[in-house]
Amino acid sequence: MPDYPQTETHIEVHKFRVWAVVAVAAAALLLQSFIPVYFPRLRILELPLLITLYFGFSQRNPSSGLLLGMVIGLVQDSLGSSIIGLYGIAKTVTGFLASSFGSRIDVDNPLSRFGLTAGFFIIHQGTYVLTRRLLLGESEVFFTSHLAIAAGVNAALAALLFPLLDKLRLPS
Amino acid sequence: MLAVPGRHRSLALLGAVLLAQVLLLAVQIRRDTQRVRLIRVWAVGAVTPFERAGTWSITKVRDTWNGYFALVHTHRDDQAMKAEMDRLKIQNAELQSQSAEAQRYAAMLGFINEHTEVPMVAARVFAASADSTSHTFYINRGEHEGIRRDMAVITADGVVGKVLYVYGHVSNVLEITDRDSGVGALLADSRIQGPVGGTGEPLMVMKYVSNDDDVKVGQQILTSGQDQIFPKDLPVGTITEVKPGTPFKLIRVKPAAHLDQLEEVMVLLTRQELTTKPSAAPASTTPDVPAPTTPPAKH
Repeated sequence: MPDYPQTETHIEVHKFRVWAVVAVAAAALLLQSFIPVYFPRLRILELPLLITLYFGFSQRNPSSGLLLGMVIGLVQDSLGSSIIGLYGIAKTVTGFLASSFGSRIDVDNPLSRFGLTAGFFIIHQGTYVLTRRLLLGESEVFFTSHLAIAAGVNAALAALLFPLLDKLRLPS
Repeated sequence: MLAVPGRHRSLALLGAVLLAQVLLLAVQIRRDTQRVRLIRVWAVGAVTPFERAGTWSITKVRDTWNGYFALVHTHRDDQAMKAEMDRLKIQNAELQSQSAEAQRYAAMLGFINEHTEVPMVAARVFAASADSTSHTFYINRGEHEGIRRDMAVITADGVVGKVLYVYGHVSNVLEITDRDSGVGALLADSRIQGPVGGTGEPLMVMKYVSNDDDVKVGQQILTSGQDQIFPKDLPVGTITEVKPGTPFKLIRVKPAAHLDQLEEVMVLLTRQELTTKPSAAPASTTPDVPAPTTPPAKH
């Protein structure tokens, strides 16, 4: 048999110090509740989601991705006025899916980061709305123009923010 | 023992975590208590000191910027001016930078003085909700200052919202634009009643107004006092759009209070009516709670 060269896609798993993950997540939650006081238009940002996605993409471990998403989501719920668990569920699902995607495709490319963040933003909001509809019986609208704009804005921010967060990676 | 295959372990964990959170939701819906959840107390307790520090820092930086750095350009353009004039200009600018804040305080104090019969607490807004879909914010006054759940929060312009959760020295306020919010209201001219509810957007809606009723754009909406939260006749907003609907009119309302520029608010410690003419106010009103009518404390 002829000896064909084998091609193998190598996806690198990145590691972070625990304090770095905790500090970045805490800073995102703090800014999320602090910035809108001075810049109401920035309410459109979803920093806790961006952090969930970033560590999901980078660590590429579905278990840690979903647990990080759950913790960030529950704290975000606690700092809001809604029933606790709505963002917890949405970010658990998003963290799991982001980690699963991260372990299969290259998510270090700025363009793919933009597209994936926009897509996962819509998945996150969709899960949130679905939870409200199914479990709370509320008549939420799934897709609005505001959602599309927010997805684009958050994806653009992710393209700028993720390279900065890359500096926190431990050398492999 | 059940052995879970490695590749299914994360799926099993996902299912377990989701199930736990669904149960958490179910418990909260079933037991709709007035008590604040412990996780909320912890989260707010952990985050608010940093937010207060941030507010303090931003205020200092803004004052410094307005009082000095913003003047550098003006100063260069006017180099011919004498040193005394420079000093006076800087002093003047410093005063101007403080004037906006002073005006807000003056408006609040004026409002408080006009309604001395009503106990109220002034408070500073120092954080918003981390939940981007809900319209809530945090103020630097809480249970220790006499604030209780469901108390009305207003500015001199009108209704802002109501107290949702109360902590030691912090309270969480639900804005009237939040979709879970509602105010008993009526039209100022015709006294037609209908609740005004938030939509999660900047404009609110007035509900249950019959298509036969005469409603026009620009009409003022006041509180009706029937919700047992807001005293009667506080400004709620102005009608910006009226459409016939089925079975009721579709009425959109712009809030009277400037909810996008909230820095100081007042919490009413009573539900008694606010009189529009202070001279006609009854002299013997007994407030429910002692009235610390002071400007909001700086951090």
